[in-house]
Amino acid sequence: MSASHIESVERLAVREQFDTAEQQKDAATLGMWIFLVTEVMFFGGMFCAYTVYRSFFPNTFGRASSSLNATLGAINTAVLICSSLTMVLAVHFAQLGRRKLIVLFLILTMLIGGVFLGIKAYEWHEKFVEHHVPGPSFHLEGEALQGQAQLFFTLYFAMTGLHALHMVIGIGILTVLAIQAWKGKFSPAYYSPVDIAGLYWHFVDIIWIFLFPLLYLIDRHMPK
Amino acid sequence: MITAAAEERQTYLNESYGIKSWLLTKDHKRIALLYLATITLFFFIGGIFATIIRIELLTPRGDLVSSETYNKMFTMHGVIMIFFFLIPSIPATLGNFFIPMMIGARDLAFPKINLLSWYLLVAGGLFAIFAMLAGGVDTGWTFYTPFSSSYSNTYVVATVVGVFIAGFSSILTGLNFIVTIHTMRAPGMTWFRLPLFVWAHYATSIIQVLGTPVLAITLTLVGVERIFHIGVFDPAYGGDPVLFQHLFWFYSHPAVYIMVLPAMGVLSELVSTFSKKQVFGYAFVAFSSVAIAILGFLVWGHHMFVSGQSAYASLVFSFLSYFVAIPSAIKVFNWTATLYKGSISYATPMLYAFGFIGLFTMGGLTGLYVAALGVDVHVTDTYFVVAHFHYIMVGGAIMGYLGGLHYWWPKMSGRMYPEGWAKLSALVIFLGFNLTFFPQFILGYLGMPRRYHVYPDEFQVLHVLSTAGASVLAVGYVIPLIYFIWSLRHGKMAGANPWGATGLEWKTPSPPPTHNFEETPVIRHEAYDYAALMEEEANVR
Amino acid sequence: MGITLPLFPEQASTLAPQTDHLLYFLLAVSVVFSAGIFLSIAYFAIRYRRRSESDLPPKIAGVLSIELTWTIVPFILAMIMFAWGASVFMQASRPPNDAIQVYAVGKQWMWKLQHMEGQREINELHIPVGVPVKVTMTSEDVIHSFYVPAFRTKQDVLPGRYTTTWFQATKPGKYHLFCAEYCGTNHSGMIGWIYAMEPQDYQAWLSGGAPEGSMASSGEKLFQDLGCANCHRADAQGRCPNLVGLFGTTVQLAGGGTVKADAAYVRESILSPNAKIVAGFQPIMPTFQGLVTEEGVTQLVEYVKSLGRQPGSGSPIGSGTTPAQQKTLPRDRAAMPAIAGSGPTQR
Repeated sequence: MSASHIESVERLAVREQFDTAEQQKDAATLGMWIFLVTEVMFFGGMFCAYTVYRSFFPNTFGRASSSLNATLGAINTAVLICSSLTMVLAVHFAQLGRRKLIVLFLILTMLIGGVFLGIKAYEWHEKFVEHHVPGPSFHLEGEALQGQAQLFFTLYFAMTGLHALHMVIGIGILTVLAIQAWKGKFSPAYYSPVDIAGLYWHFVDIIWIFLFPLLYLIDRHMPK
Repeated sequence: MITAAAEERQTYLNESYGIKSWLLTKDHKRIALLYLATITLFFFIGGIFATIIRIELLTPRGDLVSSETYNKMFTMHGVIMIFFFLIPSIPATLGNFFIPMMIGARDLAFPKINLLSWYLLVAGGLFAIFAMLAGGVDTGWTFYTPFSSSYSNTYVVATVVGVFIAGFSSILTGLNFIVTIHTMRAPGMTWFRLPLFVWAHYATSIIQVLGTPVLAITLTLVGVERIFHIGVFDPAYGGDPVLFQHLFWFYSHPAVYIMVLPAMGVLSELVSTFSKKQVFGYAFVAFSSVAIAILGFLVWGHHMFVSGQSAYASLVFSFLSYFVAIPSAIKVFNWTATLYKGSISYATPMLYAFGFIGLFTMGGLTGLYVAALGVDVHVTDTYFVVAHFHYIMVGGAIMGYLGGLHYWWPKMSGRMYPEGWAKLSALVIFLGFNLTFFPQFILGYLGMPRRYHVYPDEFQVLHVLSTAGASVLAVGYVIPLIYFIWSLRHGKMAGANPWGATGLEWKTPSPPPTHNFEETPVIRHEAYDYAALMEEEANVR
Repeated sequence: MGITLPLFPEQASTLAPQTDHLLYFLLAVSVVFSAGIFLSIAYFAIRYRRRSESDLPPKIAGVLSIELTWTIVPFILAMIMFAWGASVFMQASRPPNDAIQVYAVGKQWMWKLQHMEGQREINELHIPVGVPVKVTMTSEDVIHSFYVPAFRTKQDVLPGRYTTTWFQATKPGKYHLFCAEYCGTNHSGMIGWIYAMEPQDYQAWLSGGAPEGSMASSGEKLFQDLGCANCHRADAQGRCPNLVGLFGTTVQLAGGGTVKADAAYVRESILSPNAKIVAGFQPIMPTFQGLVTEEGVTQLVEYVKSLGRQPGSGSPIGSGTTPAQQKTLPRDRAAMPAIAGSGPTQR
């Protein structure tokens, strides 16, 4: 065991409401899982609206969907999956107390997350230029049902926007953790903040795994 | 047990002084008191709106306020009472204070998140109050589209932001309770030794965690629609206003169980303590709480029988609504059976318990009427529904809250409230309540619609009766406010266990020390074991 | 100064007694259960009142058979309530085939009604006693609700859609009509009266006449004025589906699927024509949103209804059937007046 490892064990504080470190870890983990359930319900309302409106207007949604850049979407999906890999590695090294590697992988995760957000921003810019942003200047070329098409894009921006907001918050959390990791806070005896941040990050990833096919790939199988 | 003079003994109240020690506290007991002050304020604000409504309705014409103002009155009454009073009430005050103590813990699992929850309620409330002062909101607390999203000219966005923020207060409280109950029970405190108050709050927390986020996203979409003038629920864009109703009621029906389950938890404690008997059918009562929480998510469409949803959907929702009635009935029967061969005291908390059982039974039974499709078509959107939910929310939940407040006041403050005045106000509240709301059942079946500023002459007598009742009820609510505050200085000193109740909270001094227990207790008895309690007391003597 | 204290609404429709009988059953069950609980509590509270602080009641944990009894018995009663309520409701949801048709458009803050024969009413509706009346409704703005307490009927009125309600008055009189869904400033002013009249009085009222003629003839005028006839031609050379004999049939849609050609379909076809394309046709119909009011749409619906059915043909439109005469004898009673130009047939 390295010297810094022993230090962090000694600095390990079990918060006063808990009896043992294990109880504290269990509580933190359960707390994060419950929070993620609330997030599922939060996004769920929009998934529900999406399901209802897509079932009312399948063709319009299909046409609107095909105006999205599926290549960029697919790249972003791969990007996020990579960031989940780096996050898992960060957790792994937190469990081992490997300070520099924790910081490295947290930073990598943040950077890859940043790439995702950059591609997203570019996509949104494209939508803005093409007049696909809902509002007075909305117009989807060749579409007879403009109102319904606008519904698709409202849901697109709301869902990807909410997702992006969660990513930004996630990057903020990882920044804090990276700083704490640099200061040697994490060790085999105490790594649950990294663990539960990992849960959050994977959740945000999974939301995207659902968003991508539902928004980008409607009717892709249909012949043009 | 004789306590040392309270002034010398350190309690959670005197361990530190100054506003920072309260505003930055992590002690669940202090946070509970912060909530108590906040929700009491909101209750009286909501009550002012109710007063204006009832005075206006004394006459069939609109002579007190304009229609615009009246519409804002009932909207803001609903928004404040539901989101800023009832939803937090028992969980954030009594739940916060006593759940850790009841399970033998020093605090909740996440004390800082608990404090954050309070700040979120305050922040949400500030948005709502801003909306009111700036000009008000007139959509009804139900925010139906497209009126709320495209037609109303009032402060809808500010209000929904306030409700959204308060919603997160509720979610975090629920999350905190679930984690606490799962991971921080003292050794020997198994699930089936938990006080039923804890079971009720566990079930409530499940609803808060699963339902509130749906309200949050729905109100967000309404706000987006309003600000950016795009159609989500607007038929002009192919949007469906009935979809709003589905999403809204998906939360708002379970929300009524958030409001009543904690009161039912209080009831179990009161009926047991003041009969000196364990609750009859403990397991049935515990499981009923969970059943209500789950079934409560399956019935939202009973608010929408005439909304234009398909008749078959209505059939399904009516069918399931009858299922959710059964666990509530089971609880009422079990509380009644608890009285059998008990030793029944008529202390004020028990009077509130009796009042709850009577009024909740009536409110709950009228739920069967509105669940019946054939009758609901006639009574939905009339005063019948208004009477139904006030019987449960006010006759039920608020009486449960007041009963709990009186029951645990000695523990929280170290002082007794004046019993004579307390019994008097309980009676005044009970009579005032019935006079206010029973005529509304009749008004509703006659056909008087809700949210009407002016009405046909023939409804006036019933409205006058209702307003008379409301004046009595108002007096009944003001008296406890006065004597509770009075008791802080002048109330009789309370011992650790003035009621002879079981439960870990009564084993601590009144008021308790900051860390609740000197050492983590070990639990060896079932809940509500009065024989064991009397034995312990005999040993101490 | 007389003080009126009504306690129960009058029954003025065939549905009212059914609703009230269910209410009586619910009342009876409530009274029995409430009395049972209140009396038990009163009895126990007195009989077992605390006599000394050292009382120690017996430990009674619970009895399973009692728990099951008071679970199962209420459950059975609840199921009876459900079934009874459902049966009343299903009847109330299905207007009889021979109902006469009225259209209602709700807007902030008034009700605009129109009879098939053309009479328009604002905040009032005259109907004959003893005849089922079906009201097809829509809103021009927000959600409203058409509520007649004496009939025990209520139905929300939605923008962008038709909803329907029906009732059969059983005695002549004047009955409150209320808007029952909060709709803004003057929600409590959006009220009116239903006048139920003896059939002969109703006939007399109807023959007071409508200056503009029946709904179907107003609809025909709109059909010409808006240029619909240029495409939807009697001969099969139009680029658009023939409307003769369309109403009530099943339409084949492009890309598979079918739809019933009811009032909602006709309305959607006018306001949002590309939502459903008939098989074999192109999406070329422009939308008339903004060019025709909701009332105009209801008149067009009546007109299309009046084009009736081709004799002997039940085949769906869009499968290449040839149209026969332009206006054939319709099967809908409701459409008859438009053709014959006279009042509705007596019941």
